[in-house]
Amino acid sequence: MDRNRLHNQVASMRRSLFDQGYLDDQFIQLEELQDDTNPNFVQEVVTLFYNDSARLIQNIEQALNSGPIDFCKLDDYMHQFKGSSSSIGAKKVTNECTAFREYCNAENAEGCIRSFQQVKQEYAILKRKLEVYLQTVRQASQTA
Amino acid sequence: MGNMATQTQFHVLAVDDSLIDRKLIERLLKTSSYQVTAVDSGSKALEFLGLNGENEDEERNSSVESVSAADEDHQVGVNLIITDYCMPGMTGYDLLRKIKQSSSFKDIPVVIMSSENIPSRINRCLEDGAEEFFLKPVKLSDVNKLRPHLMKGITTKTEMQSNTNKRKGSEEIQSPDRTRPRYNELEVV
Repeated sequence: MDRNRLHNQVASMRRSLFDQGYLDDQFIQLEELQDDTNPNFVQEVVTLFYNDSARLIQNIEQALNSGPIDFCKLDDYMHQFKGSSSSIGAKKVTNECTAFREYCNAENAEGCIRSFQQVKQEYAILKRKLEVYLQTVRQASQTA
Repeated sequence: MGNMATQTQFHVLAVDDSLIDRKLIERLLKTSSYQVTAVDSGSKALEFLGLNGENEDEERNSSVESVSAADEDHQVGVNLIITDYCMPGMTGYDLLRKIKQSSSFKDIPVVIMSSENIPSRINRCLEDGAEEFFLKPVKLSDVNKLRPHLMKGITTKTEMQSNTNKRKGSEEIQSPDRTRPRYNELEVV
């Protein structure tokens, strides 16, 4: 009973993450790379993503808040952020990163600041959803 | 059986400054049964190959390191190099050029990865010797494209080791040591 409920929950959460555009096919690639020899692959990659993102967000905050904006450096950070979010299939976050880079290219400081709020917001939402989802996956596999 | 298995396993050197992408490419390659060494920069890649960044053309003469005993003791058996394009310091393109300029390594197939779809960049890499250009995020279907390039190299290996009929003798005869990898001496990931 418990097991079925959990498994259904996992399936429904997963479906929703894809349907609502939080994740794309790249996330499926990650899942496909997980197997008995690498049973925690998805979680490991996602954890790396959280760490990387935290670092980049901090760097970008700093770059935006300290004096005249260095758009090159900003773009570089965002290029990295976009790269890692795209590598895990974080679709909405990736899209926000793209939007940010456009403001960067246009050297639009206001636009960058606003856009960065969007990036942070999407990232926070995704992180929360992924944490809950992966926790449920773990629970489900433990009661299997 | 262990020895036979390692000797026929291809060894890929992966270069990417992103930790996530390194983990991904490593997993993709291992899933395809390749042995992988992953480094985070072009200069580390050259170091791993035993190439001194500056004098790649003279590495056989000037390098103290190893050329003494059999080169094979130091020369690592790398069958393919897959590298990110955008890296701080040495770009993937710079690395490609250095490898192609090296007498020892110019025949190792090099594949470039990039998150940006810039045709002029892609063309330049291909024109300067890259075998393939993959757009990131790299998928299993991309990694499957590596096999033919790796198999090309094995023709050489077979020639060297068994001295049978020479097929495409265009691959290097000048540095046979490269094709006799000693995997059990390598520290791989």
